[in-house]
Amino acid sequence: MSARTLPLLFLNLGGEMLYILDQRLRAQSIPGEKARKVMNDIITTMFNKKFMEELFKPQDLYSKKALRTVYDRLAHASIMRLNQASMDKLYDLMTMAFKYQVLLCPRPRDILLVTFNHLDAIKDFISDAPGILNQVDETFRRLIEIYNCLSDGEFQLIRQTLLIFFQDMHIRVSIFLKDKVQNSNGRFVLPISGPVPWGTEVPGLIRIFNHKGVEVKRAEFTTAGNYVTPQREGSFELYGDRVLKLGTNMYSVTRPVETHMSGSSKNLASQAKENMAPNPLAKEELNFLARLLGGLDIQKPAGGETGFRLNLFTTDEEEEHAAQTRPEELSYKVINIEATQEPGRRAELSRILGELEVAEPRPDSAEKGEDLLALMDGL
Amino acid sequence: LPSRVLLVLTSQRGVQVRPGGDPGAHSVFARGISAAGGRFICVGTSFGAVLVFDIPPKGTNVTLSEVLEQHRDPVTDIAAEQGQAPDGAGDLVTADDSGTLCLWSTGEEFTLLGKIPGSGSTCSSVTLWNGIVAAGYGNGQIRLWEAGSGRIRAQVNAHARWIYALDLAPLTGKLLSGAEDSFVHVWKLSRNPDTDDIEIQHCHAECVTDTQVCGARFCDPAGDTFAVTGYDLSEILCYGPA
Repeated sequence: MSARTLPLLFLNLGGEMLYILDQRLRAQSIPGEKARKVMNDIITTMFNKKFMEELFKPQDLYSKKALRTVYDRLAHASIMRLNQASMDKLYDLMTMAFKYQVLLCPRPRDILLVTFNHLDAIKDFISDAPGILNQVDETFRRLIEIYNCLSDGEFQLIRQTLLIFFQDMHIRVSIFLKDKVQNSNGRFVLPISGPVPWGTEVPGLIRIFNHKGVEVKRAEFTTAGNYVTPQREGSFELYGDRVLKLGTNMYSVTRPVETHMSGSSKNLASQAKENMAPNPLAKEELNFLARLLGGLDIQKPAGGETGFRLNLFTTDEEEEHAAQTRPEELSYKVINIEATQEPGRRAELSRILGELEVAEPRPDSAEKGEDLLALMDGL
Repeated sequence: LPSRVLLVLTSQRGVQVRPGGDPGAHSVFARGISAAGGRFICVGTSFGAVLVFDIPPKGTNVTLSEVLEQHRDPVTDIAAEQGQAPDGAGDLVTADDSGTLCLWSTGEEFTLLGKIPGSGSTCSSVTLWNGIVAAGYGNGQIRLWEAGSGRIRAQVNAHARWIYALDLAPLTGKLLSGAEDSFVHVWKLSRNPDTDDIEIQHCHAECVTDTQVCGARFCDPAGDTFAVTGYDLSEILCYGPA
């Protein structure tokens, strides 16, 4: 599996999260000032320098549990609050959207274009804040530097790593169902028409050569597919027309975001089992999370500025109902980490961080991880 | 191995190669397995080397016989001759990420007979039959190469997406191709021993709706039936004559 997948996973999921939050902030008529502050705070946190440095180190993907916790933290990096049910729904939408984009990428390297689409949109969200814009551009340049030269084979490996991460997820998303992009069984529709990927020929032609290398015969075959040649290739530069629409914002104020929980199935049972198996990387993930927590400036509502709660559902009753009826197998079993601003607590976190630097993985390290989690819960 | 520590596990059914140590920026993995020369198992690696294991007829005393270091990119697939190789054609072909193909003659010592350079597209899977190399590429093309001379003999715009699997039925020369475009195609290869003409014809197409095909294999040596697997698919689909 590819050790270069995590940055792409993180940035694209983050991008989807921002699209959804932006739509909900407007649907809920949150005042412009507050909405902008929330978006700016989250984007600043996402592109934090230390965070990015850690992210870009070659490493395996995090477990679903650890990744979900990172987004939980990210969504709460500002004055906005989300209930568990809304956070669950947000994460469902983010993951299904990116799964769809990865699946439908014409060429493996088009995953980079999808990432660039997300980054272009993020830059639009913060166009009025040059400081944060710089951070995003830095990350953009880093992506170009590291990924533009990778081979097709390496991109295919990245793509396969991502697809394995998303395997067996079939949550039905209302906007996908309406657009006929997803079937009622949760599987995505794979079109067999349209432009072929850049660098691929339209299927149908057979050319035969003799032993001297001269073409001596041509034949055609037909299939149900209806493909055409593509117009042009998307740009892999810092600025440019990406051509590919995957990764652009599909939400607008008028289109509500809904998910339907598919009922239980054997696939979900195996997924739940996977989430409970001991994770040998738990120590590394906690290390990273602790560093993330330790370095953040958490926004506490001060003076006249009040926090608010964002609802991913149309009404509070709907949110309550969703929380109660969510199938057990689909619960994310999130690690709740209460981070505070008090300096005393900061010292505590740093001490824990110090403890985590111990190099030798002990046989009972999984249990040690759980103790630390419990410690953090109690803060 | 001088460059990597590999833990090699063997069992009755096959060889497992596990990487040890820090992967660094590049993942270490094994990909591409084939039996060769009647007593060897060849395994491709992500650093381009092909490991040749000598398998005794009885027991578990598997030894590393040779390391072939001709590929500079991760190995994608390895295939042994499934029919009758013409003289000088070699009986093993190895492929890599850059599209480069290497042709070998197997034995106590493996000999490199020829190298076909890649031309920008990954060769994802390969088969060898009667001295014809059939190679599937990431850009959806199937190319037929003559093993002896290394010359291209056919080029097919077969699929609209990355070809994941190729299989060959040795009794009839039927070729099966499966790709991310949801299609599985059956082709017929033929080689005229007198005129030396090599041909490929399209026989049949199946569309596995809304599924990216990841695996495709004939279920019998004549190629009358085949099985297909796909991403997110928990079933194996079998196709046969009506």
